[in-house]
Amino acid sequence: MKNIVSLRYIWFLISLLIIIPGAIYFALYGLRTGIDFAGGALWDLHFTTKQTSDLNTEKIGEIFAANGFEGAQVQVSTVKVDGKEIASAVVRTKELSAISPEQQQRTIIDALTKVYGEVKRESLQSVGPTVSAEATRSAAIAVLGACVAILIYLTLAFSKAPHPLRYGICALLAMLHDVLLVLGMAAILGHFIGLEVDAYFLTALLTIISFSVHDTIVVFDRIRENLMHRRAGEVFDDIVNHSIVQTLPRSINTQLTSIFTLTALLLFGGVTIRNLVLVLLIGLISGTYSSIFNAAQLLVVWEHREWRNWFRRGSAAEA
Amino acid sequence: MRNREIVPFLFIMLITALCGWIAFAPDNTWLGRDVSVRLGLDLQGGTQVLMKADGVVDKDIMATAATVIERRVNGLGVSEAIVQLSGTDRIIVELPGVRDPEKAIETLRGTGRLEFIDTKGQFLNDGTIVRTSGNPEPKMPEVDASKPVDPANPQPTVSAEVYQSITDGRDLDTRQVSLRVANDKISAQPAVSFAFTGQSASDLATFTAANIQKPMCIALDNVIVSCPVVQSALIGGSGEITTSTREDAEKILNQLKYGSLPITLSIESSRTVSATLGANSVQASIVAGMVGLIIVALFMIIYYRLPGLLATIALIIYAIIIYAVHKFIPITLTLSGIAGFILSIGLAVDANVLIFARLKEELRNKRSLLRAVDAGFDEAWPAIRDSSASTLITSAILFVFGNSFGVSLIKGFALTLALGILLSLFTAVVVTRTFLRLIVRNGALQSLWLYEISNDPDLQEQSAV
Repeated sequence: MKNIVSLRYIWFLISLLIIIPGAIYFALYGLRTGIDFAGGALWDLHFTTKQTSDLNTEKIGEIFAANGFEGAQVQVSTVKVDGKEIASAVVRTKELSAISPEQQQRTIIDALTKVYGEVKRESLQSVGPTVSAEATRSAAIAVLGACVAILIYLTLAFSKAPHPLRYGICALLAMLHDVLLVLGMAAILGHFIGLEVDAYFLTALLTIISFSVHDTIVVFDRIRENLMHRRAGEVFDDIVNHSIVQTLPRSINTQLTSIFTLTALLLFGGVTIRNLVLVLLIGLISGTYSSIFNAAQLLVVWEHREWRNWFRRGSAAEA
Repeated sequence: MRNREIVPFLFIMLITALCGWIAFAPDNTWLGRDVSVRLGLDLQGGTQVLMKADGVVDKDIMATAATVIERRVNGLGVSEAIVQLSGTDRIIVELPGVRDPEKAIETLRGTGRLEFIDTKGQFLNDGTIVRTSGNPEPKMPEVDASKPVDPANPQPTVSAEVYQSITDGRDLDTRQVSLRVANDKISAQPAVSFAFTGQSASDLATFTAANIQKPMCIALDNVIVSCPVVQSALIGGSGEITTSTREDAEKILNQLKYGSLPITLSIESSRTVSATLGANSVQASIVAGMVGLIIVALFMIIYYRLPGLLATIALIIYAIIIYAVHKFIPITLTLSGIAGFILSIGLAVDANVLIFARLKEELRNKRSLLRAVDAGFDEAWPAIRDSSASTLITSAILFVFGNSFGVSLIKGFALTLALGILLSLFTAVVVTRTFLRLIVRNGALQSLWLYEISNDPDLQEQSAV
């Protein structure tokens, strides 16, 4: 427990071992965007012999999923046809394949007919994204703005400590770590288990960003306090190490409570929420890790200006 | 001495009772205000409207139209709506839980083209449809044959004459459109103020200077909204539209503020649609949230003993308050909102954990219980303050951006986050602290075991520090 700081290059290495494969997958395959971001097709189906109460959105979604349309969003409604009220369903799915769209439609209609009786495909339209590019862009601009504001706030809040600017920059670097890690993991999960990036993903990412900085500040606050009560001969490395050890129970306990609630959501919360919770879990664990094992360690690296030695001799990890 | 805790204690009880009243209000009405829970499209469904562009339009114009509509939806105060392009010439709008969908749709599809027209000194009645040089072929109102003709309010007719437009709707400076709130008796009428720029501004100034004491008509989407008499030249191209009701003023504001629609849209269909998530998955999320809460409570009590128990009570108070606030504002709850709600419990726990960790340290340093409680709070405060402040900064910036870009997804997130932070501060710093002090001061429950100090397995850790 005493040597957390002296092992700092090991911690950086662990981060890189997770981030680099993610970055490679991100570069090669990108994120698998869901219909919220990419748009797709909108099906309007009429169930001529059924009432709205006979339909089940989840069941219809499963039928679509079983026939090649995972992640379909189903809404049911009532329409009047020839003075008679019948059930209808509005289904948003990904784009139909360019090669055999008729074949795909037939498969779906046949599968639905087996369960619900006669099904008519009233219309099939291609639709744009529900989360506009503008929404994503303005979120990114807002996050950049927030970064600047946090940098200013932390520089002021840590003005009693030497080099206050470093705290803000290290906190933001740790946040960047979490964003890169989550995006990379999303790319990997998208490639292997088909995780799709949707509107929920955007809010999950914003949550991770704010929790990451939150976590880092708690550790930094201890460093600030211990620096102010610095005893003669105490070196910066030891102060950072003490601070981490002192805040460790709090970090672990807070993390545990989040993990408890998220795991409960993951296990009992139904299929639709699963991706959101998975991304949040990855992000929050990364946030705690980076606040202890990256943000605080970066302060030490900066204190010693260690980058001057990185390229001088051999591997940095042996430093 | 005891009074110092009694006042905050009574304050906490009062707030909790008030919020409990809102949270569990019978019939979801509280003092005449509707406080039912607003659920998003994914949880409750809503009204789906399919709008079709008249004539042939290109892709970019449709995209602009969708953006304008999205901003207007947000201007209506409807959160978490969906605006989606469909095919080449349609826009789908889904509004969660809107009471009066028809009225909302009318506001959305108005093109918002504001024109000043030269009527050659003629007064025109409000509601008259006019042909203007800017748009000589206005869209006719759809005649509803099923309704009998109302003699008091006959179908508006369209002017035969084509009036000269003085201004071009594209020159309207949308940043300067604002609602003038009537706060004195003289200008009791609600009004929307606006300003033109460029050519329209100078044309308007020239026209008004030449026509003082003559009427000049203002048309919105070729419908006369008012014909004020020119009192003085409108230098700088700014002016006002007065309306008889605040609702009218808000509707005009909404149509002008978020830019004019580049095309005319007609409504193809409108229907009620169900939630995208089945009732099962909503139920499952609630169960999961409950299970999570119970585990957190057990963990807190087992690990922190008496303070943990008090924190759990504080958490319950937190949950009641935040639920009441969601109902009161109201904030539209979506699935990600519920996940955020559950996660914000983590925030509330975090502040408590920070304080208790300090409390334990102080007790190990052989401070008296009361001094340890106070010291624990004081020592933990800078960390809580700075971490909360930075999260509040983040949420404030997200809110401002979400608001000005009309992105309700981001705005809603920011609001939930800020509320979570502020209320968790209140529960940890005020509620838990008051409870702890109340108990400690009254001399009850002094055994250090309750504060998890004896047989502490972590003592080695302390000696390491």
